[in-house]
Amino acid sequence: MAGKVVTITSGKGGVGKTTTTANLGTALAVQGLKVAVVDADIGLRNLDVVLGLENRIVYDLVDVVEGRARLRQALIKDKRYPELCLLPAAQTRDKHAVNADQMAELCRQLAQDFDFVLIDSPAGIEQGFRNAIAGANQVLIVTNPEVSAVRDADRIIGLVEAAELGAPRLIVNRVKPTMIKQGNMMSVQDVLDILAIGLIGVVPEDELVTISTNRGEAVVFDNYSRAGLAFHNIARRLLGQNVPFLPLEEPAKLSWFARLFGLGESKR
Amino acid sequence: MGLLSGLFSKRETPKPVTSSGVAKERLQLALVYDRVKISPEVLETIKEEIVEVISKHFDIDRQGMEITLGERNDRLEVNIPVRRSKVYNQNS
Repeated sequence: MAGKVVTITSGKGGVGKTTTTANLGTALAVQGLKVAVVDADIGLRNLDVVLGLENRIVYDLVDVVEGRARLRQALIKDKRYPELCLLPAAQTRDKHAVNADQMAELCRQLAQDFDFVLIDSPAGIEQGFRNAIAGANQVLIVTNPEVSAVRDADRIIGLVEAAELGAPRLIVNRVKPTMIKQGNMMSVQDVLDILAIGLIGVVPEDELVTISTNRGEAVVFDNYSRAGLAFHNIARRLLGQNVPFLPLEEPAKLSWFARLFGLGESKR
Repeated sequence: MGLLSGLFSKRETPKPVTSSGVAKERLQLALVYDRVKISPEVLETIKEEIVEVISKHFDIDRQGMEITLGERNDRLEVNIPVRRSKVYNQNS
């Protein structure tokens, strides 16, 4: 059975698409699935550095599309989970190097070998975005609780619905509970009221994301990271599991073994 | 924004004082026009024309009337509080 192609997009840049793609891909691999993550941001590749795989690139997506490399040659295995593979973007070409039909075909091929194919979309609503959704079975929209990000998300939702890709689902990223309590940040419910689509994840702002990314590691490996836990939960929801949303209060610090044995689970 | 505030003035929600409330309200208004790509003037014209037609048959509460967009840009929702039906009163 063919795998599922999931595109992660946002409209606005800098809201966390690449971090989300890297961590969802890793979290799904941790769950034992075969996952390919594809950097569709041609000319501005980043998924490789976020995953710490930048030194291993030989061929890229454009090489595959143009026939200079076979798909298997271009795929880079993750350091910890060989079931997780990266197809990097080209760095020296631009978004017009590939068209939507070629991307759809690439997704179809990847879906034969992998359970999940995650496409990291470029920002914007132009060719790069069109390519990124061309082969998608499902679209996840990442936004932040800020006016510009939510407005762009609304635009993208309209385009995804017009492309008849089914109902997109929302990830609200970089949520700051303290600011929400003070009335200085829109709550997740505010954002949902405005965008009116289904929610698949709420990721709190977390400095550990920056620290993990500095090292080229996924934050889902950090047992103390609230963001990491949120990404694990999104991965499980993608697998169809019913996972309750985390309360946004500040976490009680739990030791790694307490987490391992599920102690204090109800508090988080 | 005069026309705009007129259109939405009868919302039940109190005026937001927090910055998050302001953000939400500004976004909701901005998205109305992003979604349908029509100007506040056109919406106001639509409102007046609807009032004209409906008031032939109903005694309506003009202050309480509001036009909003559905969840996406797929429907225009018009809410008109009716005081009494003129037609009904004539026939009975």
